[in-house]
Amino acid sequence: MDLNVFARSILVITEKNMRIYYFKGPVVVFGLLFPLIMFFTFFIGRNLDLVLFFPGFLGMMLFFTASSVGPLITPWEKREKTYERLVSLPVILESIIIGDLLAGAIFGVAITTIVFAASAILLHLSLMNAGLLFLAFVLGSITFAALGTLLASPTMNNPSHIMMLSSLVRLPLIFVSGIFIPLSQLSGWEWILTSLSPLTYLVDLFHAALNGDAVYPPWVDMLALAAVILVFIGCAKVIQKRNLMKGL
Amino acid sequence: MDAIEANNLRKTFGPVIAVDDVSITLPQGGIFGFLGPNGAGKTTVIRMLTGVLIPDAGSVRILGTDVNKDPLTAKLKMGVIPENGTVYSDLTAEQNILITAKFYGMDRASREERAGEILARLGLEERKNDLVRTFSKGMRQRISIACAIVHSPPVLILDEPTTGLDVYSRRLVIDTVRHMNREGSTVLLTTHNIEEANALCSMISIVNKGRIVATGSPEKLKKTFDTSRYVEISFDQPVGHELFKAPGITRTESWGDKWRVYTDDPDRAVKYLASLAERDHLTIVSIATSNPTLEEAFVRLTEGV
Repeated sequence: MDLNVFARSILVITEKNMRIYYFKGPVVVFGLLFPLIMFFTFFIGRNLDLVLFFPGFLGMMLFFTASSVGPLITPWEKREKTYERLVSLPVILESIIIGDLLAGAIFGVAITTIVFAASAILLHLSLMNAGLLFLAFVLGSITFAALGTLLASPTMNNPSHIMMLSSLVRLPLIFVSGIFIPLSQLSGWEWILTSLSPLTYLVDLFHAALNGDAVYPPWVDMLALAAVILVFIGCAKVIQKRNLMKGL
Repeated sequence: MDAIEANNLRKTFGPVIAVDDVSITLPQGGIFGFLGPNGAGKTTVIRMLTGVLIPDAGSVRILGTDVNKDPLTAKLKMGVIPENGTVYSDLTAEQNILITAKFYGMDRASREERAGEILARLGLEERKNDLVRTFSKGMRQRISIACAIVHSPPVLILDEPTTGLDVYSRRLVIDTVRHMNREGSTVLLTTHNIEEANALCSMISIVNKGRIVATGSPEKLKKTFDTSRYVEISFDQPVGHELFKAPGITRTESWGDKWRVYTDDPDRAVKYLASLAERDHLTIVSIATSNPTLEEAFVRLTEGV
C-alpha cells in the first residue's frame, strides 16, 4: 500500500468533513453554547466545589463535542448518495474511518480548548501539568470521536435513528462515569460500573492534570483510553466493512 | 497492457447470483459499452471493477494493478461516476472539483487550472461559486463528470452517465466522454440508451441475468440477427394485413400508419410492394428499407426478462 496516498486520503476526508459537517454556523454555535448551558445546569445554585466539578465538566464537553457529529456522517452520506462516489475515489475503508475520527477529534479539541481557556481566565483555575492536560485532550478527543465513528457504523438511512442510538449509548456512559460522584467515594459494583465508561479515565486524567488528585496513575488512564480507541476503531471497521454496500 | 482486465467475476447476495463468471478485457483507447436490462448485474460489475465491491471470485486489473490487492493505486488510475452517486450539495461546484482533485494529489496550481478548464467545457463557469444544492439534476451530473475527469484518468468508468438528463446536459456529457477518449482515456460506460451506445461505443457487451450473453462491435451484434431486415411502407389509404402475403415476406407488423414488412430479401420486397401499389391504385406515401437495429439485437439477447 502506498502510505503517501493513504495519508493523503485521510487528510482530504478530514478536510471534507470539517468543511461540510463541522464548520457550520449552527454546529459551532451549538458547540460553544452547549458548555455554557451544561455549566449553568450543574453548577449554578449548587454548592459544588469547582476544583472537584471542573474536570468532570471538561470531560463532558470533550465527550459531547467529539462524538456529536461523527455518528451522522456515514448515514448522511449514504442517504445523500455521496458515499458511493467517495468509496470509488482513491480511499479505503480505513481512510474513511480515520478521516471521520480526526474531524471529530479536531472539533472536540477546538471547542474544548476555547471552553477551557475561557474558564481558566474567568474562574482562576489551577493547572498542575500542562503536558498531561494536552495528552488528555488528544486521547480523550480521539476516544470519543472513535465512539462517534462506531455509532455511525450500523446501517440506518435515517439520521434521526442514529441520533436515538447515539443518545442511548452516550448518556449512560456519562451517568456511569465518575463525573457526578468522585471515584474515591465509590466502591463495589458502583466502582465496577464506573470502570466501564471511558469518560471515567479521561476525567481522572483531567484531575491529575488540573489538581493532581487523580485516583489512578496517569499511565493507567492513558492505557485504558488507548485500549478503548483500538476497540472502537476495530469494531467500527468490522461493522462498516460488513455494511459497506447497504444503503448505497 | 490492457486498460481493464476482469476475469471470472462472481458475486452473490444471499441466494441471488448477481454476477456469474463475467470476464472483460478492454484494450486501451476505446469506448466500451455495457448494455443490459434492469437487474442484469451491470452496476454490480461496475462496483467490482471500481473496487467498491469485493467479488466472491475472480480478479480485476486496471492497467495492470489488481483492484483488490492494491486499491489505492488502482483507483488513482480511474475516474468514476457511480450510478446513483452525486456530489456534495453543501459545497460549491468549484469546491467539489477542487476537493476531488486533492484525493489525486494534484498541486494547487494544477487543481485550479484544471477546474477552470473543465467548468468552462461543461458550461458551468458562471455558476462555479454556487452551492450544488441550487443546481438541477443535469448540472449536478455535469459536476459529477467534472470530478471524475479532473485528474485526466487513463480509465474512465461511467455508470448510466446520461440517465434522466435533459438534452443539453446529455450532449455535454457525451461530448466530454468523446473528448476524454480522444485525449487518451479508455471509457467503459453502462447505458440504457441503445442508440447512444450505438453511436459512442466501439465495442459492446450485452449482459443478462448476471452473465455476458454477447460481445462485439455494434455492427457485428446487429448482423447476428441479419434475417430480421424489413421494409417500412405507408400508403395514402388503410390497407389490410392480407395484402402483404407473398413469397419472401416472413411477417408483417402494423406500426401506427405504417407497415413493417420483414423479409430475407428487401430488394425483392420493395419491387413487390411497388407493383402491389400500382395494381391496387394505392399511392406510396413513404418507403424505406431498414437493417436490424442494436435495439433488436438487445431485445433478442435479453428475451424472457
